Amino acid sequence: MSEYILELKNITKIFSGGPALDDVDFSLKYGEVHSIIGENGAGKSTLIKIITGVYSLTSGKIIYEDKDTVWSSPIESINKGIAAIYQEPAIFPDLNIAENIFMGHQAYNKYTRKISWRSLYKKTDNLMKELNIDLNPKQKIRTLSLAERQMVEIAKALSIKSKIIIMDEPTSALSISESEKLFEIIAQLKNSGVSVIFISHRIEDIFRVTDRLTVLRDGKCIGTKDIEEVTKDDLIQMMVGRKVDNLYPKIEAEIKEEILSVKNLSKKGAFKDVNFSLHEGEILGLYGLIGSGRTELAKAIFGMDPYDSGEVFLEGQKLNRLTPSQAIENGIAYIPENRDEEGIILGMNLVSNISLPILRKISKFTWLDSEAEKELTNKFVDILEIKASGIDQKVMNLSGGNKQKVSLAKWLATKTKIFIFDEPTKGIDVGAKASVHRFISELAVKGNCVLMISSDLPEIIGMSDNILIMHEGLVTGFFSRAEANQEKILEAALSNINKTNGNTNG
Amino acid sequence: MVDKRNSNTSGSLVVKFASIREISILGFLIVFSLVISLINPVFISLDNLYDIALDTAILAIVAVGQMMVILTRGIDISVGAGIGLSGMIVALIIKDTANFNPLLAILIGMIIGAAMGALNGVLIVKGNIPPIIATLGTMNIFRGLTFIINYQINGGQWVGADKLPEAFKNFARGTFLKIPNLILITIIVYLIFYYFLNHTTTGREIYATGSSPESAKIIGINVKKTIFLTYVITGILVGMAGVLWVARYTSAQTDSASGFEFTTITAVILGGVAVAGGSGSIWGVLFGAILIGAINSSLNLIGVSPFWKLAINGGIILVAVIIDAVLARNINKALKERKQI
Repeated sequence: MSEYILELKNITKIFSGGPALDDVDFSLKYGEVHSIIGENGAGKSTLIKIITGVYSLTSGKIIYEDKDTVWSSPIESINKGIAAIYQEPAIFPDLNIAENIFMGHQAYNKYTRKISWRSLYKKTDNLMKELNIDLNPKQKIRTLSLAERQMVEIAKALSIKSKIIIMDEPTSALSISESEKLFEIIAQLKNSGVSVIFISHRIEDIFRVTDRLTVLRDGKCIGTKDIEEVTKDDLIQMMVGRKVDNLYPKIEAEIKEEILSVKNLSKKGAFKDVNFSLHEGEILGLYGLIGSGRTELAKAIFGMDPYDSGEVFLEGQKLNRLTPSQAIENGIAYIPENRDEEGIILGMNLVSNISLPILRKISKFTWLDSEAEKELTNKFVDILEIKASGIDQKVMNLSGGNKQKVSLAKWLATKTKIFIFDEPTKGIDVGAKASVHRFISELAVKGNCVLMISSDLPEIIGMSDNILIMHEGLVTGFFSRAEANQEKILEAALSNINKTNGNTNG
Repeated sequence: MVDKRNSNTSGSLVVKFASIREISILGFLIVFSLVISLINPVFISLDNLYDIALDTAILAIVAVGQMMVILTRGIDISVGAGIGLSGMIVALIIKDTANFNPLLAILIGMIIGAAMGALNGVLIVKGNIPPIIATLGTMNIFRGLTFIINYQINGGQWVGADKLPEAFKNFARGTFLKIPNLILITIIVYLIFYYFLNHTTTGREIYATGSSPESAKIIGINVKKTIFLTYVITGILVGMAGVLWVARYTSAQTDSASGFEFTTITAVILGGVAVAGGSGSIWGVLFGAILIGAINSSLNLIGVSPFWKLAINGGIILVAVIIDAVLARNINKALKERKQI
């Protein structure tokens, strides 16, 4: 028997957009805690989904308990002992703890098929004792905290004798004491021979629990190290180093007076005491890993989800909490990450999508002027080089890049001055990416201001005049274009400590 | 960058699909009519076609409202009870008043309807109650009120033909330029709402709201206001239909139009309006309503027991939805394959 319970060899997974994993090796020992780290989009979740059988391999080999394995379905991997626990546990809130733990494998009487409640509760009690959790098995899940729900998930994994437990960002929503409790449970799991795959953006937590770690970047395995061999700086060095291979068409724009400023903006559970300001001609990059609260911040400013406290000033005037339509009136537009659900209307054609925000302006007494609509659409289709079979094509049939251009185009006819982009180039091809970048740059040159949220470090560095970094709802860094580099940004994004350099930009 | 090279690809295919839906239901209507006429030639007699049109008129009017509500991902099952209530109130107001102006009666009905629709809208938009539950509640309230008002004012008696003003009864029988008034009103309603849905900003916003509420919000559309509006408009059409119902059947009864909500939903779905919201055309709905009228009439003519009517209507709705689902799946598959090339 080898010392590894699980070995992945030369794993490659190709999606239609390109390879998500490229020749990755990964191994997990019996009773070890192994962290997988990397930026957003580095391939962590793809790797997890390969291990749990959600995705099939394009090429490569999985060796589980010394046997070549091909999962036919996620259920098979669960039955063979691999359990995954996600940040938001998928459990039934109106059932109690014992019912949740044994859902799908309750002990029942063979003839009457009645569930043997007594044995169910007894087994649950034993599991709770084993994990040192003080909860009543009859308590409803709805009444539990997030940390307690995760513990129920762990107990569930043990109830089916899982040998590998995968924890995806388990600590990001937990308090310090709750995290400590989780670490104790992880230690107990290790002692009983269970292997844990741990994914986290909290670098402190990684050093706290991990035995070995594997770094992924752009779908490639950068290396696997014992935790004793590496320092925090080494880790950051391994995670960055993505080459800035495409040139960014950033045109220097003159940065003039302040347009928008945000003071002590807070929203419970999302972000806290955020301050920044946006100037005419400026592109402000906003970088943060999952759970940093950056999208929530953008949506709060735009009025989608109201903030709890703090102030937003537009050209010196204090704004009350806005609704999205008031934000648009005030010249703020939000181009969301979630393009298909929030950015465009899939079932409508190009004309209807592009003319929608200014429909009332180009119509006569609410009567639509279809000639004006077509003219407008043709103009922006040309400017943005949108590729479609015709302006009456439904946008659901466009490629990702062209969808994004439609999502953008509709704001150009409005009097928008502040553009908030959320992951503007996520999932779009290189050509479309370059034209979106060129376009954002031109917006700034024309005297607009841009807040650009992105997980793509080269994009953030290549496009931004200034860069704001968030970690778990707090601003942990601010760099000007001149002082920024990938290491500094990632370090700020990984830690709670405020690394603000230079001027704080108001 | 619109190039004509791929003008035969995905987009136009789906555009075609939308119009195919209307053409196919119209085609089905024609084939169906031909078959029935072969069995019983009375079916295409002018008198019978005239009856079908009159029977379909009220259904077609209410179906426009139901369509708008379904476009925004909602449903209104209070329309049948709403017809009963507005018809009853108006009948009680105008009874024994010899020369009550029929158009004024319709206007009163529309005001009552607007109030009923506003109640539905408030419950759904402000109360955040799912449309089917909210209108289930108001359905029972409206029907209950009909009984109460009828009992309190008229001692539980129907308002029969003898009590209704002559001018009112003549209005239902009357014609204008040889077109029956009822049909004329239906045509006017369809023209107004064709322009409203296809050529006004509010109409476009109704489609946008149903197609993607989240995107609509980010674009600055007041989604709640839009949804509220669709229920009020439906209410107005229902109030109007209530008065027309009394005029057509020359009586106001406590159980008038019960179950009618499902007939309107059937017409809307037959007409190709997506149950998930956001797409469908008003002409499809009109054809759907006429098809239901034609089916009901033909069942009588070819001697099918009226007990079968409901089951046959139900069967037709399922067949239409299944055909839709199969067509949509095949088209999606075709599109996917095209994308992979």
